[in-house]
Amino acid sequence: MNDIHSGKPTPRLPELNAGAPGLRERPASIKSFFPWLGVFIFLGLFFFYPLARILWVGLSSSPELIFSSNAFIVIRDAVFFTFYQSILSTLLTLALGLPAAYLFAHYDFRGRSFLRTLTAIPFMLPTVVVAAGFTALLGPRGWVNLGLMDLFGFTTPPIVFAGTLGAILLAHIFYNTSIVIRIVGNALAHLDPRLEQAALTLGAKPVRVLRQITLALLRPSILAAGLLVFIFDFTSFGVVLLLGGPRFSTLEVEIYKQAVSFFNLPLAAVLSIIQLLCTLAFSFLYTRLIPRTVVSINPRANPSIRPQTSGQRWFVVVLCISLFVFYVLPLSSLPLRSITRLEADQGQRGQVQYGLTGEYYRELFINQLGSVFYVPPFKALGNSLGYAALTVILSLLLGFPVAVALVHPGRLERLLDPFLMLPLGASAVTLGLGLIITFNKPLFSPQFRLISSPLIVPIAHTIIALPFVIRTLQPALASIPERLRQAAAVLGASPGRVWFAVDWPIVRRATLSAAVFAFTVSLGEFGAASLVVRPEYPTLPIAIARFLSLPGGQNYGQAMAMGTILMLVCGAGILFIERLRLPGTGEF
Amino acid sequence: MLELTDIHKTYEGTPLLRGISFTVAASETVCLLGASGSGKSTLLRIIAGLEQAEQGRVYWDGQDLASIPAYRRGFGLVFQEYALFPHMNVIENVAFGLKMLDLSDQEISDRATNVLAKVNLIGFQRRRVTDLSGGEQQRVALARALAPNPHLLLFDEPLGALDRSLREQLMQELRAILHASGVPAVYVTHDQEEAFTLADRILLLHEGKIIRAGSPAEIWEEPGSAWAAHFLEIGNILQGVVKSTMGPVQVETPAGVFNFSCGHLHKVGEKVELLVRPQGVVRNAHGNLHGVVSDAIFHQDRFKVTLENGLYFYLDMAPKIGEGIALEISPAAVQCLS
Repeated sequence: MNDIHSGKPTPRLPELNAGAPGLRERPASIKSFFPWLGVFIFLGLFFFYPLARILWVGLSSSPELIFSSNAFIVIRDAVFFTFYQSILSTLLTLALGLPAAYLFAHYDFRGRSFLRTLTAIPFMLPTVVVAAGFTALLGPRGWVNLGLMDLFGFTTPPIVFAGTLGAILLAHIFYNTSIVIRIVGNALAHLDPRLEQAALTLGAKPVRVLRQITLALLRPSILAAGLLVFIFDFTSFGVVLLLGGPRFSTLEVEIYKQAVSFFNLPLAAVLSIIQLLCTLAFSFLYTRLIPRTVVSINPRANPSIRPQTSGQRWFVVVLCISLFVFYVLPLSSLPLRSITRLEADQGQRGQVQYGLTGEYYRELFINQLGSVFYVPPFKALGNSLGYAALTVILSLLLGFPVAVALVHPGRLERLLDPFLMLPLGASAVTLGLGLIITFNKPLFSPQFRLISSPLIVPIAHTIIALPFVIRTLQPALASIPERLRQAAAVLGASPGRVWFAVDWPIVRRATLSAAVFAFTVSLGEFGAASLVVRPEYPTLPIAIARFLSLPGGQNYGQAMAMGTILMLVCGAGILFIERLRLPGTGEF
Repeated sequence: MLELTDIHKTYEGTPLLRGISFTVAASETVCLLGASGSGKSTLLRIIAGLEQAEQGRVYWDGQDLASIPAYRRGFGLVFQEYALFPHMNVIENVAFGLKMLDLSDQEISDRATNVLAKVNLIGFQRRRVTDLSGGEQQRVALARALAPNPHLLLFDEPLGALDRSLREQLMQELRAILHASGVPAVYVTHDQEEAFTLADRILLLHEGKIIRAGSPAEIWEEPGSAWAAHFLEIGNILQGVVKSTMGPVQVETPAGVFNFSCGHLHKVGEKVELLVRPQGVVRNAHGNLHGVVSDAIFHQDRFKVTLENGLYFYLDMAPKIGEGIALEISPAAVQCLS
């Protein structure tokens, strides 16, 4: 889910370096179309055309398909459950996120920035890692259940977590609380405290101030945060598939099931269209809300204060401990479980072996099942790294010229810019479905099908990463004041040297950041890959999902080991990007 | 009426207010005048109940306000940069305080419209406050504070963000409104012109204490300290030594010798600070003050002439720059500051 949508593109910065007014609005010419050529062909071929194919397949399917009672029930249940779990998840996320936003915006305490970073990490973690983390904590072979079994002698796991609605909700809260903390917290931190004070001096009691001033001013931000969380919950795929089990199907999961398990592409296409229309509507609402979130507000953030009264201290301590436990336990259970043997070997129930083990990692190099479709897990890691590298190269090659062209947008740029962001609106599963529908046929030669080629994965990942790459590069490029270039030129630097002396040092950071971003997105991506990947070339997340679904402690341990590797690699990527982030950019 | 006794407050470990006491009588406008960072806004917020003093008491009509929260004090506060509610229009802003009084809708609307008329904003009722100019926003803020008929009005540098001509116009209006309403007011500013225009009484705040209090005329006559004379830009300040106390006091300074009459007792050899006002000075070859002109700036109907020793005076005719001149300073323009 979020590995696709992690972070909205940064809002367009106002043009600071206005040149001569007549020069800015360049007329569209053949030449100005040049930088767009690559992106245009690529997105056209692999995104817009497949999307059109989905529409065609969905709309041209016989009406009986939709109105046959079976299909209708499938659609109805999927739509109902998608809304049901999204609304529930959103409300619960707000319930945790609003107090947390208040905590971070108002109070200064030791470990504040650590805790804030901690809550932000899951947002960019791959869904399989989060699913594996919660399984390691609360699943039938997780720490809590095995611990309780050992302590109280239960013969079966006492806590049923996997396959429950609770598991889905918990993972969604875990993922999206940081959205509320960022959006609402940011508004809170910039809310002019004198507005509340003015209301007080005018005779408003504190409760009334909270309702009529504070909450009234925060309402747009709370709505925006809630809507964004809702969109993420609505399009959630990995969490529902991996933690929800067979009982629960959101639209996303149902598209996947219909396409992969039943190969009912028309029904999958119809579901995709419904899904697409919903996300488009929500995204439209969200962009309408965004300009209203920053109302009235102090340019400087208010200073945070140390908690003073005992009530404030209790609030801070209790919330800090809750957040710490909620975020640290799943994230630490996973790596710890991957090096710990906690249960009896088969047939030796009762003789539990405890202790550290490196066995799960050693097993990664062995194809235990001996099947042609199952490769040794470390190969999956190799595949993923290869796909990720290709994704980085492709998305930078395609994105760089466009980002440069967008710095001084002409009529053409303004026209084309929104199209670049469209892939954000379509879900990864829909993307995968489009590629299946479009490219599952011979191309060039009777033997070659693009869908059977390993290349299809980096292509899908590039479509997902491209908007982020462009949105990372463009503000950095735009942030370079024209005056600096002019100064360098006046001092005698040739255009080439100007570029190396002025542009490159600034662009280098953004390029690196974009590259790591594309790499991390590709490495953790699950939705599209689960549809298009070939069994013999699995990605790491696909392999983790497979091993999680297999019985036996050995497979479970290996899933943990792979999950840990993925978590560490992505975590390193996230921290790296955070450190590179230009000040003032990268909010939602 | 309002009474403050021995208010103390520290800010980030350094003392900000160090024993402030004063009273505000009925219908009186008191200006707290001080440099930025002198703690005058903090003092205002303590009166309003938005901050607590570490020591000292605030009384209203003899009642200690320590346990009365801001929303029950009935004091109106006008903020610097206005702090208008951005999610409400003009009339909603003005009516906010009235709504807290549980009045009928009709009464709220009538009173809000009345107050808007007082500040010349009729016709602005439905405008968004974010679309108003600075001066208009300031009027809304004033109307909002006035509407619930506060016992006391508090102003925190209300004109600080406005340009000069608008500030002068609003100062006049504010003066008229304050006089007409008869509400006592505490007005905080760092601008001496505002203080001299608006105040019935000025309190000069320096290093956490009130160093001088009095009517504008009294303070202009007797600033009382070199810091005050300098801050109020009354004239030149000179260090000197008393040479003679027979007849008029005679003080020798690096710029020349001055004779003047002084109410204070002085000893010969005592070090004193003199205030030499720049007005009422004439060029006279036998004058007691000599200097070389470093600058002469046209200033309304005369010239501000600055000498190389840093002193300045107002003359009717501009001397040449670099010219050596002698000036006759009348004894009335000189006083000692102690």
